[in-house]
Amino acid sequence: MIERDVLQRVLAGAVSTGAEFAEVYAEDKRSTSAGLDDGKVEQVSSGRDRGAGIRVVAGETTGFAYTSDLSESGLATAATAAAAAASQGGGGVRTIALTSSPPHRPNTIERDPDSVAKAAKVELLERMNEAARSYGSEIVQVSAGYGDSRKQVLVANTDGVLTDDEIVRTLLRVSAVADGDTGMQTGYQSMGHTVGFEIFDTVDVEELAREAARQAITKLRARPSPSGAMPVVIKHGTGGVLFHEACGHGLEADHIQKGASVYAGKVGQQVASPLVTLVDDGTMPGEWGTLGFDDEGHITQRNVLIEDGILTDYMWDYLRARKDDRPQSGNGRRQSYQHLPMVRMTNTFVLDGPDDPDDIISSTPNGVYVAKLGGGSVNTASGDFVFGMTEAYLIENGEITEPLRDGNLIGNGPKVLADIDMLANDFAMGSPGTCGKDGQGVPVGDGQPTLRVKSLTVGGTA
Amino acid sequence: MTRFESELQAVADRVVDQAKSGEQIEAYVARGGETEVRVYQGDVEHFVAAQSEGIGIRVIRDGRTGFAYAGTLDEDAIREVLAEARDNVQFGTVDEWAALAEPDGVAVTEQTLWNDELADYPTDRKIDLAKELEKLASGADPRVRVDDSNYADAHGESAVASTTGIRMSGRENGCYVSVSTLADEGEGDDAETQTGFGFSVGRSPNEFDLDRAAREAADRATRLLGATQPPSRRVTVVLDPFVTAQFIGVISSTLNGEAVVKGRSLFRDRLGETVAASSVTLVDDPTNPKAYTATDVDGEGLAGRRNVLIQQGVLQQFVHNSYSARRAGTVSTGNATRGGFAGTPGVGCLALSLEPGTRSQDELIADVDDGLLVQQMQGLHSGVNPISGDFSTGAAGLLITNGAVGAPVREITIASTLQKMLLDVVEIGGDIEWLPMRSAGMSLVIRDVTMSGT
Repeated sequence: MIERDVLQRVLAGAVSTGAEFAEVYAEDKRSTSAGLDDGKVEQVSSGRDRGAGIRVVAGETTGFAYTSDLSESGLATAATAAAAAASQGGGGVRTIALTSSPPHRPNTIERDPDSVAKAAKVELLERMNEAARSYGSEIVQVSAGYGDSRKQVLVANTDGVLTDDEIVRTLLRVSAVADGDTGMQTGYQSMGHTVGFEIFDTVDVEELAREAARQAITKLRARPSPSGAMPVVIKHGTGGVLFHEACGHGLEADHIQKGASVYAGKVGQQVASPLVTLVDDGTMPGEWGTLGFDDEGHITQRNVLIEDGILTDYMWDYLRARKDDRPQSGNGRRQSYQHLPMVRMTNTFVLDGPDDPDDIISSTPNGVYVAKLGGGSVNTASGDFVFGMTEAYLIENGEITEPLRDGNLIGNGPKVLADIDMLANDFAMGSPGTCGKDGQGVPVGDGQPTLRVKSLTVGGTA
Repeated sequence: MTRFESELQAVADRVVDQAKSGEQIEAYVARGGETEVRVYQGDVEHFVAAQSEGIGIRVIRDGRTGFAYAGTLDEDAIREVLAEARDNVQFGTVDEWAALAEPDGVAVTEQTLWNDELADYPTDRKIDLAKELEKLASGADPRVRVDDSNYADAHGESAVASTTGIRMSGRENGCYVSVSTLADEGEGDDAETQTGFGFSVGRSPNEFDLDRAAREAADRATRLLGATQPPSRRVTVVLDPFVTAQFIGVISSTLNGEAVVKGRSLFRDRLGETVAASSVTLVDDPTNPKAYTATDVDGEGLAGRRNVLIQQGVLQQFVHNSYSARRAGTVSTGNATRGGFAGTPGVGCLALSLEPGTRSQDELIADVDDGLLVQQMQGLHSGVNPISGDFSTGAAGLLITNGAVGAPVREITIASTLQKMLLDVVEIGGDIEWLPMRSAGMSLVIRDVTMSGT
């Protein structure tokens, strides 16, 4: 994308006014998306995003500028703007020697989506539309979306780092609306992977659509959710967002360093039930949050955050690691070249526990079984977090009974982690997610076995 | 006053001029820049100065639509975008209603969306504003720390042109300051931290009220210290103006013409019927200069206009862009929205407000026996289903007992349905304020809402 000697000159220029660190992050992304709604392929859309963000760090101050002009003069102009923003006076000449990192590609791409005919992508949508509609006469509306992208990324910095990576993403989503005597209900399914179009050789897209239709139709006979604190069982592969919100964000070193997390100062302490081992792993082949290098050019890795309930480490990016004089953990991420990197999760999940999932249900006299979770959010400082349930059932006398209408659950992170009293041995990864923080969205994965929280507040009306 | 014409208009015009016979083309071109300053403990933590530009092209032929965009205005890239959009056309399904907007003769209500004072505002003073706000907020209460203090501004210009005769351009700028606070109390296992935020927005920094932003940020965080989880029960809620604005935003998605024509609105068959308490009049009016999101034209280049959606509880109309309007057999209400050059126009409200009542929040509270003053909602994106109407969101606030505000509560949800909440509106406050979102805020009293706690 950009020649090594150009990068070296631009970086040298960026630190010529006295800054100690500069970085170029360049991307060239081509994307295709297609949307079907109301029985029609509404449009196929193609996108091209290309540009570079230049970051200059002087003392505690970061200057940042970005440009869509990848020529040497375009980059130099952005570098000057970023350097001026971080200006500390002083100056001098530094020579920057970049050394290419060996490639790190956790994912194998067999069929680049760019090489696949658009007609084949559109056909997936038509198949899903057909499958969802023929699932039941109650289905009155279906929308489906396809998206793929191929992003080439280059990161170079004044520490001599030079990495390049290519990230391919393939995403499919479907939502169904069912109509009945009690009004309308919705179902939603999605799948996303950091692999190519070969994923559709193994994924049954019709099944994905039927699953969305089944959810919507099931909820037509849903009763209002209960209200108040009670045991909640969460199905495997759907509740990773619980950990993402209950503790994931609170373990990001930027919140820790500002004393804005309930987990600050707690390394080595018991912060969760001894059943819980929590891992953030950017190297899992094919997963939605997987990267070869993070967006600061640091190789991704598997980080154990909580082991048997004991907090072992936080997640780190360049700036936060530098401040604490410790290694980065491969968690520096950004939405695009137009954004500053910060500490973010990749794929965050809880390892298997000892229990049989059926035993968890049968040993719960009364409570709520959540079969699908929606999004969530957390206040890292107070630890209070919410997440939505989009498919849930009552548990009565140790059995799953009636479906429940949508609602939110609310809990407090440390309390909920301590309250996990059963954890099954049926680990599964969940659906692709987009994690929002400080106005930036990045793709993340999550996963967990079936588990029970002794007490969570269910936000229904009954 | 002559309308500002952006030089980007020529870029859009050149694309449209390339239309072939039987082809409709729309080009939307935008360029903008932003400054963002974040201050922490008296130092600049980061300073972002950036420019971006791009073009989105929509092509319609024989009822099929294709679209492409690029984040550059490079001539070669624009050629590639047009070619891609044309190529994408063949994959769309024929849609008899697919067409671009046409000029509808509605006069544009000119808005002053550009401020030279902001455009010329010196960088050092932007940094000083963020530093000053940090100092004010951390000095407001000994229990308060500042998580971050920010100044941000943005400016943008855009032009749209189409083969159907749309030709419109404009520019605007705006700025805000914001501060996030942390309030601490207790030690060891009893240590507790709550958060707050404050902000001030303006067309120019001279409109900022830093004192108020700092005070609100400190109050929001400290008010919740010592909050407990109350027992579950049904209460009357009084929504703070900021919370009301979020609530109205959720309601607006049920009045979206696209959702209506595609059968996804729970009010789709209810035009002319009573859907809300008689005190509820809901208006979308981007021509109101007080609105933060005031605008003269919509995302398709049609004039923004005042639309009464609910009048004294009766559903009057939905909002439409030109596509949803054609399908519904009506005309565009000037409610095309566009998130930038990377997408095609959607439908949405532009500047919503309930018609305010007359009484203050204190007066409203005085009438409540057992209630909750809701100061924040959490998880609107996860617990509200605008298609089924189920409403359930995390909340924090203060209990109201016998007309007086009492103890703080947290880790609760409030739940009902959108349909029921509109009918259960007891009163609307007179304390209207325009917030940095698409809705105005004011206190709002709703009865019979389930509060879930222990």
